[in-house]
Amino acid sequence: MTLSVSLHHRYPDFTLDVAFTAPPGVTALFGRSGSGKTTVVNAVAGLLRPGKGRIALDETVLLDTERRIFLPPHRRRIGYVFQEGRLFPHLTVRQNLLYGRWFAPKGAARADFDLIVDLLGIGALLARRPGALSGGEKSRVALGRAILSDPGILLMDEPLAALDEDRKSGILPYLERLRDTLSLPILYVSHSAAEVARLATTVVLIEAGRVSAAGPAAAILSDPLTASGVGLRDMGAVLTARVEAQEEDGLTRLATAAGPVWLPGVGAAPGRSLRLRILAQDVMLARARPEGISALNILPCTVRDLTPAGDGGVLVRLSLGEEDLLARITARSAAALGLAPGQPVHAVLKAVAVAPDSIGT
Amino acid sequence: MTDWLSPEEWDAVRLSLRVSFWATLVSLPFGLFIAHALARWRFPGRQLLNGLVHLPLILPPVVTGYLLLLTFGRRGTVGQYLDQWFGIVFAFRWTGAVLAAAVMAFPLMVRAMRLAIEAVDPKLEQAGSTLGASRPWVWLTVTLPLILPGVIAGAILAFAKAMGEFGATITFVSNIPGQTRTLPSAIYSFLQVPGGESGAARLALVAIIIAMAALLLSEWVSRAVARRIAGS
Repeated sequence: MTLSVSLHHRYPDFTLDVAFTAPPGVTALFGRSGSGKTTVVNAVAGLLRPGKGRIALDETVLLDTERRIFLPPHRRRIGYVFQEGRLFPHLTVRQNLLYGRWFAPKGAARADFDLIVDLLGIGALLARRPGALSGGEKSRVALGRAILSDPGILLMDEPLAALDEDRKSGILPYLERLRDTLSLPILYVSHSAAEVARLATTVVLIEAGRVSAAGPAAAILSDPLTASGVGLRDMGAVLTARVEAQEEDGLTRLATAAGPVWLPGVGAAPGRSLRLRILAQDVMLARARPEGISALNILPCTVRDLTPAGDGGVLVRLSLGEEDLLARITARSAAALGLAPGQPVHAVLKAVAVAPDSIGT
Repeated sequence: MTDWLSPEEWDAVRLSLRVSFWATLVSLPFGLFIAHALARWRFPGRQLLNGLVHLPLILPPVVTGYLLLLTFGRRGTVGQYLDQWFGIVFAFRWTGAVLAAAVMAFPLMVRAMRLAIEAVDPKLEQAGSTLGASRPWVWLTVTLPLILPGVIAGAILAFAKAMGEFGATITFVSNIPGQTRTLPSAIYSFLQVPGGESGAARLALVAIIIAMAALLLSEWVSRAVARRIAGS
């Protein structure tokens, strides 16, 4: 299923004007707070009636202002995971989960109740009421409730924003499992580059009510031209890596396009494919292979391009085989090294710089 | 054990219970609708409707009774057509007492329900609609359960008010034994005749018992519902 969206909506002090398509997989609507992301999701859900626009899920037209089509929310078959969960306080967790079932059309494909409950780890909560759940538990139940309504698409509006860092890391693996188990397209609203890097297959970058960039997640997050929307400190490449071995000193050896990389605290089993988010500011560059240096990971690569970014800074995009890596250095260093496109360099990455939260599946 | 009240006194108690029961039951759907409209909808004349609903609370009951007589009496503006077309007569019947009690209790009922509806987060109703529930279903499965304590409180408050209604009732439907002599009217009548004090005292005792029972019931029910919702 593919969602295509084109919207124009005017607020007194703000105009939203976006168009994008969300292919299967996770499409992240990414941008700062107030950039209009939630408005887009609410329009897709039918909770907001935009001034002009067209929204279609494959052949099903949800909204077409020109043809005066407006499908009410309850007929859109959309699973909406709200930021605050919005569980029904008067129903038990089980009743909350099954709420959408009462209204799903008879012929709808049925998500397996036990499987979803198992996947989200909420089996022990079924008899409780939402009032007695923790924040993280509420989020997972809200997720399960949306999925079990057998929707054609899942909308998530910052589902982790209300949680503290620990809880967030607790839920991310569940989201990854859902993404890989369900064949639903997911529209995921977030202002966190870390979440987007871990979950998204496609990124739609929204700035001040407009789409400023859209494309595959790895390409958008490492494209120097998106720095203003992503935020300089959050710029970074997403590398695919395969777990090769757990070594005796606690490090994990991973195979990447640029050769082996060692990282601490990767719990995954050998053979597992991972996504590593490498922040541009964590990468150093050297002309020659450095010796006598504590950093474990030295990756030979080629300079692709240089883009001025921030005060006296430069974003250097590097090619390692098929993939890109991004380094943020000062303009002075770039000049001192005489960096130019096509030049071979060595990227240096401290193993401990890659936070466990930056490693996803 | 029924002999501690005379048959006429029992008539008054039974009549009052019947009038209050029907007054509450009949005004319940109207009350819910009006409370919902006042809490949620923005429409021209909303303040006027609000004032109209609350009028019986601030007008002298005798005035309300008199207005009812003008409107729903046999020659009243509405009453004459109700009589001609449907054969419905309110004047000097127990049904008239029901109407008077319902009108007088209506503001209290609407007030309690409106507060309950205003306390419901519309975001929960939105969540219901995204899960596939149409508006009526959302109302039945989300809104109604959440406002139930308020609805029950409003209904019991209205019942208690209807039990005590005197001024509008006696003005509108008079004080006919067995027809419109409700408990308060009966107490009033006892006090008009020499030696009626003991009857008045017995009926007053009944009134106190019923009022207390209603109050305790409402407390108990809304606490039980609230406990369910709080989810322990």
